[in-house]
Amino acid sequence: MNLAPITLVGQTLALLLLAPLLSGCIKNWKAKLQNRRGPRPWQFYFDLVKFLRKDMVISEHASWVFSFAPYMAFLTALLAGLMVPMICTPAPLSPFGGLLAVVGLLALGRFFLALGGLDPGSAFGGMGSSREMTVSAIAEPAMMLAIFTVAITAGSTDLSRIVQATQVSTWELLNPTHVMAFAALFIVLLAETGRIPVDNPATHLELTMIHEAMLLEYSGRYLAFMEWGASIKQLVLMTLLANVFFPLGIATDGSPAALGISLLAYGAKLLALSVAVVLVETCNAKLRLFRVPDLLSAAFALATLALLSTFLFH
Amino acid sequence: MMESSALLLTFALCAYVTGTVGAVLFQRAERLANTLGFGLAALGGACGTVFGVASLAAGRTITIAPVVLWSGPAPGVRLVVEADTLSCFFVLIVSLVGLAISIYSLGYARAYYGRKNVGVLAGLYNALLLATTLVCVAGNLWLFFVAWELMALLAYGLVTFEHEDRETRQAGVLYFIMAHLDAVCVLLGFLLLAQAAGDLSFASLRGNSAKLPPGLRDAAFLLFVFGFGIKAGIVPLHIWLPVAHPVAPSNVSALMSGVLIKTGIYGLVRVCFEFLGPPPMWWGALLLAAGTLSAVLGVLYALMEHDLKRLLAYHSIENIGIILMGVGASLMFIHTGHPVLASLALIAGLYHTINHASFKALLFLGAGAVLHSTHTRNMEEMGGLAKRMRWTAFFFLIGAVAISALPPLNGFVSEWLTYQSLLQGFGTTPSLIRLMFPLSGAILALTGALAAACFVKAFGITFLAQPRSEHARHAHEAAFPMLLGQGILTAACVFLGLFPTMFLKLLDPLTQQFTGQQLSAQLTASEGWVLASGTAQGGTVSTSGIALTFLCLVPVPLVLWALFARRARTRIGPTWDCGQRGLTPQMEYTATGFSKPLRMIFKALFRPRREVQREYDFSPYFATTLRFESHTEEVFQTRIYRPLQYTVLRLSRRLRALQAGSLQAYLIYIFVTLLTLLLFAL
Repeated sequence: MNLAPITLVGQTLALLLLAPLLSGCIKNWKAKLQNRRGPRPWQFYFDLVKFLRKDMVISEHASWVFSFAPYMAFLTALLAGLMVPMICTPAPLSPFGGLLAVVGLLALGRFFLALGGLDPGSAFGGMGSSREMTVSAIAEPAMMLAIFTVAITAGSTDLSRIVQATQVSTWELLNPTHVMAFAALFIVLLAETGRIPVDNPATHLELTMIHEAMLLEYSGRYLAFMEWGASIKQLVLMTLLANVFFPLGIATDGSPAALGISLLAYGAKLLALSVAVVLVETCNAKLRLFRVPDLLSAAFALATLALLSTFLFH
Repeated sequence: MMESSALLLTFALCAYVTGTVGAVLFQRAERLANTLGFGLAALGGACGTVFGVASLAAGRTITIAPVVLWSGPAPGVRLVVEADTLSCFFVLIVSLVGLAISIYSLGYARAYYGRKNVGVLAGLYNALLLATTLVCVAGNLWLFFVAWELMALLAYGLVTFEHEDRETRQAGVLYFIMAHLDAVCVLLGFLLLAQAAGDLSFASLRGNSAKLPPGLRDAAFLLFVFGFGIKAGIVPLHIWLPVAHPVAPSNVSALMSGVLIKTGIYGLVRVCFEFLGPPPMWWGALLLAAGTLSAVLGVLYALMEHDLKRLLAYHSIENIGIILMGVGASLMFIHTGHPVLASLALIAGLYHTINHASFKALLFLGAGAVLHSTHTRNMEEMGGLAKRMRWTAFFFLIGAVAISALPPLNGFVSEWLTYQSLLQGFGTTPSLIRLMFPLSGAILALTGALAAACFVKAFGITFLAQPRSEHARHAHEAAFPMLLGQGILTAACVFLGLFPTMFLKLLDPLTQQFTGQQLSAQLTASEGWVLASGTAQGGTVSTSGIALTFLCLVPVPLVLWALFARRARTRIGPTWDCGQRGLTPQMEYTATGFSKPLRMIFKALFRPRREVQREYDFSPYFATTLRFESHTEEVFQTRIYRPLQYTVLRLSRRLRALQAGSLQAYLIYIFVTLLTLLLFAL
């Protein structure tokens, strides 16, 4: 039986529906940990619907690029998500691209996001775009090197094959190569999703904001697609981290039992990662912009060490 | 087949010759000279393109039998034309890009009517295309050198076309010096080879590579790297490139950045893979390292620019670096005995060559259209052009996405191939040198991300937001031929991006010639829809699949829109101005501001300096006048070239003491010389 169309539709829906919940949960737990009540975990869905229903105000200075950017940010995140195995491998769009394509698609989304920030001509937007592109530029080599390390040990850049390769070999959680590559990618995850040591997702209209600054002129459904896209991107990156480094339990066939186990395992992995993110966000203060490169070069150094350790251990 | 393709090449060359002569002859009649010159150049380009595709598509190693153009007085002086697959590939690049630029020029040259001599421009341009094509199809050193030197001289003429500017003249001189340094090195290298081969034809150079002693081979290799490196613009030999390319007329800049610097790559591939014999490890490693360095430094310097054309010129350095990474890795794989990987890396490099030719020429043409309409190259005076120059903005955006290596366009495909070859290179050798592969891969990632940042800046500041000057406010769309030229290159970028497997088939005879492998079957999966990495390891990617899925996903937001947002209205309003009275263009983010974080992060390299003069009455926070100046330093300029220049000057000053103007001293010189000679004679 050809499962491809079912997994394709299923994963699209999962990405669309799970991403807001994840963002909501992180927000809620963060509030709990900081002795606040916080919004309900599913508040994000209501926000999205509200944004969709609202009227839009578009800047008089903006061009067609401004209206194009939200769709690009939303669709590229979705498309990248379809290449990452969530609960079963291979991922629905596995032959269309592996890690490099995922990274490329996320970069494409970011490219248009940054252009959308520049388009209305406000200084906030330009500032956000400039910082976003800077942070992503210095995060990219660390991310690529960590990915390369994983790809070298697995012998492929194809995500499904990586997941299968890591699954076949014995449980390698404590393999130093993987530990260091994971640490590097985790730092990159914080940077790419605009989490606290790098950017503060809770700020609005402050001089320190990065992601929010680019969205400042967006309203209505454009804002909804931007926010939704960012949340899908976060889910994609977390799934990537969870399933590449801890491939335990991913279904390799379509049997309900395997899928059920896989679903549970996936939930647990996401939960653990989210808790880690929440803890990091609560225990740290936001870094000054010019301290961020230090953090990211630490990630790069970790990734380099991971690469060097493949020499020693393989 | 053979006959007709040779005929096409002849056609193309004849078109260029006629174009040169015609344009110069009719220089009094500007319109005629323009139409004739650039029209014939376009015709030549079209013929050359068909020639390139047809001969590559023939599917085997094609060698057009040597055609003797001219037998000179001495028996050795012959100009021989000979085109093998590598030649055909580069002729394809020259012609395809030449075709688009020529069509563009039909519109662009109109700006010079009544101001400059269009006939001379068109004539030089045709001759330059002729010389460049001849460099690629030269079959012996005579023709190669005549064409190589012609190319340098004609390019000098074109760079200094607007010689009224002091800046242009200075750039011309720098270009002239560097081009001749390059010619000397290449000539010396070839003479070393020819001495061993005993003949000047490429065929005998090819056959006699084994005769060279190793020391001589290394020396020749270094000379070639130096010589062709100057032409290609490898760091640190690049200094002429960001100076000379921007001052030329924009169609010429596009030709130089897109095509001319590629002849350096052609030369390197030709000598390294054919003439110099089996490469030692360090050759490839040197090229890989130089490529990596060029890539990252090129893009970093580009980020600091706010001169649109100079920014693009620095990006040429970056992309030449990426091409060299593929070529260098390929040489390393040949050394370690991995022909499949060597072909993959070579394909990556050559594919990036044609990709860069198409998107860089496209971007330069876009910049030319902007310059044409705003009369400035300074991005800080642009802005808001996306509304005023819709098509140019669209084409420039496609070029920007392509050069930033973002899927699904062509830059992504060739960088993907480069990544794949670098990644698999890790397993080819047990020595520590294999660390170079993933590390240069990581630097390639940095380069890609920085390029994206740079093009967000270039496109965002130039085309988006409010116009920052009167000129930008009154900008107008470019003329139709200019748009058509850009459109052709845009189509090339999209085609090369979406259907790489179709194009890679054309490269089969080429890799067959150099590495003995035909790779396109291994690189193709799922009937051509998916690009594979050619080996059991590695992955697959499908740009057309990505594009198709993207289109299939488009209904998702549309359905959401229809479900929830049917009643939502859209208003046009002012950008939020923090309660001020309206935003002015001065409040927008500038190109300098945009790159500030990166300037601070890489300040060890840039050594930024800034000067702020503030006049105020009672508090520095309420300045009455403010003057701001910021500079970055070109390390190579200040650390290498300037000391070199001073040393040369100092030495020549010392030597001046010899020529003091005293007759007695001169008589002594003559006497001493005579004595020395007599001593030798004894």
